[in-house]
Amino acid sequence: MQSESHEQLHLRRSRISDRWFMAGVYGATGLFVAIVAGLFVELYAGSSSSIRAFGFNFLTSSHWNPVTNQFGALPMIYGTVVSSLIAIVLAGFVGVFGAAYLVEFAPRAVARPLAFLIELLAAVPSVIFGLWGLFILAPVLRANVEPFLQAKFGFLPIFQGFIFGSSLFTAGIVLAIMIVPTVSAITRDVIAAVAREHREASMALGATRWETMARVILPGATTGIFGACVLALGRALGETIATTMVIGNKPAIAASLFQPAYTLASVIANEFTEATSDLYVSALIELGLLLFVVSLAVNGIARVLTWTVLRPAKAR
Amino acid sequence: MKRVNVLGAALSFAALVVAPALAATQLTGAGSSFVNPFFSKAFYEYSAAHTDVTVNYQPIGSGGGIQQFTQRTVDFGASDVPMNADEIKRLPASAVQVPIALGGVAVTYNLPSFIKGGLKLTRETLADIYLGKIAKWNDPRLTKINPGAELPDAPIIVVHRSDGSGTTYIFTDFLSHVSGEWKSKVGTGKSVEWPAPSAVGGKGNDGVAGAVRQTSGSIGYVELAYVHENKMTQAQLQNAAGRFGFCTGGGVAAAAATKLNLTPTDFSIVDTKGETAWPIAGYTWVFMYREYQKPEEKSRAKMVRDVLEWTATSGQRIAGTLDYVPLPESVQEIAKKSFSEIKV
Repeated sequence: MQSESHEQLHLRRSRISDRWFMAGVYGATGLFVAIVAGLFVELYAGSSSSIRAFGFNFLTSSHWNPVTNQFGALPMIYGTVVSSLIAIVLAGFVGVFGAAYLVEFAPRAVARPLAFLIELLAAVPSVIFGLWGLFILAPVLRANVEPFLQAKFGFLPIFQGFIFGSSLFTAGIVLAIMIVPTVSAITRDVIAAVAREHREASMALGATRWETMARVILPGATTGIFGACVLALGRALGETIATTMVIGNKPAIAASLFQPAYTLASVIANEFTEATSDLYVSALIELGLLLFVVSLAVNGIARVLTWTVLRPAKAR
Repeated sequence: MKRVNVLGAALSFAALVVAPALAATQLTGAGSSFVNPFFSKAFYEYSAAHTDVTVNYQPIGSGGGIQQFTQRTVDFGASDVPMNADEIKRLPASAVQVPIALGGVAVTYNLPSFIKGGLKLTRETLADIYLGKIAKWNDPRLTKINPGAELPDAPIIVVHRSDGSGTTYIFTDFLSHVSGEWKSKVGTGKSVEWPAPSAVGGKGNDGVAGAVRQTSGSIGYVELAYVHENKMTQAQLQNAAGRFGFCTGGGVAAAAATKLNLTPTDFSIVDTKGETAWPIAGYTWVFMYREYQKPEEKSRAKMVRDVLEWTATSGQRIAGTLDYVPLPESVQEIAKKSFSEIKV
């Protein structure tokens, strides 16, 4: 009798704690959704007068003229997407292979401090990356790297034209360095999480470590790695101050990566404090809305890619 | 016993820290970042002499300053350009705009070979460079005014401020004054659509300076104080009187002295006729409301007015030590007169 009531008590208690737990989970999730929805509504409301004035033209026009109150965001959308793509290609490559080395090949004495150093990069404030990019990286790129690329691969339009220090290319590299820790840290975890049995089975079949890495571990970790890249891409898309300092802030679309460009976040950072006319402020807020939409779209495309490209590959 | 001691020490320390803060009234202002170094020093010195007042100035940009002033969240606003009719219309009450600081904008460049006496530019060539019409350094119009200088067969990289700034306003105001084409095609503003194909934007004075210093064949504009601090190469610019010269404190003061009827609606001092005037210069302005109703508002407004009036007059000697240009006597008089219109 006594033991039964004890059990009932226990059950009742766990039901109460269950309820609290569920409330917490729903509450936190609801808050997430509310914040995102609120952000969208607020941005949409703030940009309404710009949307009314320019409509769809805002997305297709290349003119950004605060003097005549003519605003178009196409070059900024282009600059945001391309600089982030450069960053994710470079950071994805370095981050994934670096993480694979650290987990599978590096001796412990090397792996620990190296991993720590890479993750330390994540703690550096972006303004430091910006200053470093402007005063140290950009001159090196301008004097050495970009002329070299132009000499070897100058037939490609992306490496043609006059070489400025501040460019889409410079911004892409600075962003890549900034997001490498994200890619590398998560990739290390997902690689380490691949079941031990899989590795051992592969090794037992006579596969080399390299073959095990390429055929077993990386495919097993693909979804996680993709998640890491999407997260990193999000940071690159929204990065403001470092990009602003090195991208050249020119609202124009050029084929060459060596030309200055502009990003959505940079325009806001540059012009919001001094914008006084209503339409101007509204246009800047609409850039924020676009950044929101572009981030969503890029995330969506990344998801679709994981489903369509990677699933069949795994099934083969 | 030990605890009591620690507590006692903490309390007396707190008393030391808090006491002056409690006694002093904290006034707040917001706006122009250009004027911030001057304001910081001036307000610090003022508080040292008047221990009952401290001023908290937030250099959030002129636009933000106007906005906060309009919403009455600060005691005064500061802007590198006076409020325009539109902005004045939005104010909750009539305001006074007073010139408080004077600055010049210098032209800096980076060429591979040293030019003795500095690169010379006329007003028209500078405008055409920024329009992209003079695109190479060895353009005949540049070689003609720079005989003997080694000007390379290289593109001119035009560097400008990417952030909205009073410096850009003054610079584009100058270009609009000297070039009809600039005026109709681009205009005057804190941010404009730069027409030159080789234009690059740098954030802040340091961004422009960094870009110019690193890019051979570039030209840019920065505040006078910044050129001095960083020992940058200046170009000589011809003024309206036909004289070539560098941007100096004296040149900016001479430009300011030519305009005796300065008002918030007629404030431009670019391209003035003075013999030794430097043609690219402008004022920073502060705003206060004209009337204050409640007694506590009045006493607060009086303190604000006193600080700002001191800054616009006696405080100007500090401006000189920081590479700003002290307001000429005549402008100090205009400032005093404007402050006297505030009813407190």
